[in-house]
Amino acid sequence: MKYTLSVLVENHPGVLSKVSGLFSRRGFNIDSLAVGITEDSNISRITIVADGDEYVIEQLEKQLNKVIPVIKVRTFAQDEFISRELSLIKVNCPAKQRLDIMKIAELMEAKIVDVSVNTMTLQFADTLERFETLMDLLKPYGIREIVRTGTVAIEKDSAASRK
Amino acid sequence: MVSGAEIMVKCLQEEGVEIVFGYPGAVICPFFDKLYDTDIKAVLVRQEQNAAHAASGYARALSRVGVCVATSGPGALNMITGIATAYMDSIPMVAITGQVKSDQLGRDVFQEADITGACESFVKHSYLVKDTADLPRVFKEAFHIASTGRPGPVLIDVPVDVQQGEIKEFVYPEKVNIIGYKPSVSGHPMQIKRALDILSTSERPVIVAGGGVLTSGAKLVFREFVSKTSIPVISTMMGIGAMPSDDPLYVGMIGSHGVKAANKVIHDSDLIIVCGARVGDRAVASPDQVTKQTTVIHIDIDPAEIGKNMKTNIPIVGDIKNVLSQMGRDVQYAAPEEWLEQVRQWKTDLAVPPKSFEGFVEPKSFIAKLSGMLGPKSILVADVGQNQIWCANNYRLSDGRFFTSGGMGTMGYSVPAAIGAKFARPDRDVVAVCGDGSFQMMMNELATIAQNGLNVKIIVMRNTVLGMVHELQDVFYNSRYAVTELDEMPDFGKLAQAYGIDAAFASSNEEAESYAEKMLASDKSSLLVCNVHPNTPSR
Repeated sequence: MKYTLSVLVENHPGVLSKVSGLFSRRGFNIDSLAVGITEDSNISRITIVADGDEYVIEQLEKQLNKVIPVIKVRTFAQDEFISRELSLIKVNCPAKQRLDIMKIAELMEAKIVDVSVNTMTLQFADTLERFETLMDLLKPYGIREIVRTGTVAIEKDSAASRK
Repeated sequence: MVSGAEIMVKCLQEEGVEIVFGYPGAVICPFFDKLYDTDIKAVLVRQEQNAAHAASGYARALSRVGVCVATSGPGALNMITGIATAYMDSIPMVAITGQVKSDQLGRDVFQEADITGACESFVKHSYLVKDTADLPRVFKEAFHIASTGRPGPVLIDVPVDVQQGEIKEFVYPEKVNIIGYKPSVSGHPMQIKRALDILSTSERPVIVAGGGVLTSGAKLVFREFVSKTSIPVISTMMGIGAMPSDDPLYVGMIGSHGVKAANKVIHDSDLIIVCGARVGDRAVASPDQVTKQTTVIHIDIDPAEIGKNMKTNIPIVGDIKNVLSQMGRDVQYAAPEEWLEQVRQWKTDLAVPPKSFEGFVEPKSFIAKLSGMLGPKSILVADVGQNQIWCANNYRLSDGRFFTSGGMGTMGYSVPAAIGAKFARPDRDVVAVCGDGSFQMMMNELATIAQNGLNVKIIVMRNTVLGMVHELQDVFYNSRYAVTELDEMPDFGKLAQAYGIDAAFASSNEEAESYAEKMLASDKSSLLVCNVHPNTPSR
């Protein structure tokens, strides 16, 4: 099962390697890892999507907590968070297919950020599920390159306030 | 103005450091040069790994942070095994390494190694100091982190220009403030209550004493709890000494190389109270089998240890000393007499009589005999291999200490750790027991003993093979002794004598005992070689 962990860390050099090193060392599998500064410039947030059972995730949380510059670890329960991933997709696009791909982009709310004679580059920010759908639609045209940021997640206040 | 090197030395003084173990090199020279002017003793070991082991022995003997120092590159790299050994056994340690100039970092210059990177998985925390002004805070934090919570080694890597850089004045911070590091020390009262409730219904309880009991200084509290409840105790290798060896409630060490009765007790119990132990694979090979029929209460200061190797019903996160004194205050329980009778029965029935060979020392009975000759607070440091098991199962102690590389199983630990222990406790008997394999990994440290006029007794179990693996080959590899025979063995006695250290050779227990008596009476170091038959089993 996939779990999304949100890890607050001190914004020091070397912290990311301490955190990411832990995964390979302890044999944990991660799908993605994204890092960025928070509203407090001394603190960064690392969002991790990991695969594993309950035991693995519990161990992961505990081992992360042992890393000295790690301030807080939180594993999100299903439905209590919003997650997004930004991706840039370069797809084959000769002139005669331009309209088709533009329609897909419009339908999926992807933004066209670059066009060349033979390619078109889309910017897409949505959930993993929607990303898969977009992939299915674009594959027939031939995808040249994909760059993904990894998932970022934030707690849903609306869900919390209903409780 | 004050230089980085001076600041480093002043930090050590602020922390009450009296001794460091180390080896110099170009980029740690500024530090050693300033240290030279102070009362802090710098002990020159003969290889950096042994600096870490010596700091470990020192730290264990005094329950204080041990300090080791090395230069950049090979010096630091040599120290890694010692640091990792300390990490596995939760030893409070600060390791200081010199580093190449900070503007040359990453250019693969002479003697450059990314030591903070290399040590990442073997340290509790590490620092690469880039600014002289950061040194006081870094040292303050390092000593705090090393010695609190679950102790462990902290590495401080200091580029030579940071040691040479100057700032206006030295101010040592009074407090540390690390937002992500606040170890919890007192157990949750609800969990303690739940534990006591479960205990009250237990018919066959057992306590597992781990190294945490000794690390947290909980020996007395632990023993009080045991005597109040009469629960039988077994220990891990790291927990040896938590109970007096001849206490009727003490069964022995568990595990693949432990006492049979101890393993029987844990398998037949209905409640296991694990105190400060990891439940490593050598202690309990198949924890899932055990937890099928028993309830587990696990007390540990490190929450990550709870549930890692063994399913736990009641986790209690906290310092053993606090938790056990809370539990001891409230407990109203005594283990049933039938169970105690059963445990006593197993202790007698499952004991394995030692097997002796004519013309050889039988090491188990010798270690047991030796225990009786030692002073009450003696320190015995066992190396790794068969010698370690002979010592673990036969060293009888009450207030004494037993040190060994439990988690990492690092050969060559005993003599350097004994050197550290002797510096820490000059008034106590310090004995290192090793094999002929492990001795040859660190016999260069005889020079450190000689140079410092130390009184360390060394016993080499000479069986001309790498005994532990040799025994494994007997069982699993059809007695094919691949690469385990130590032919053309040097005369260890003569080697010791070359350093001015007295030595003797024993080929019977009588000879070994009579020389041991003589060596313990002397105030100088000495070395005893015991001729041991290669087929002497571990247990």
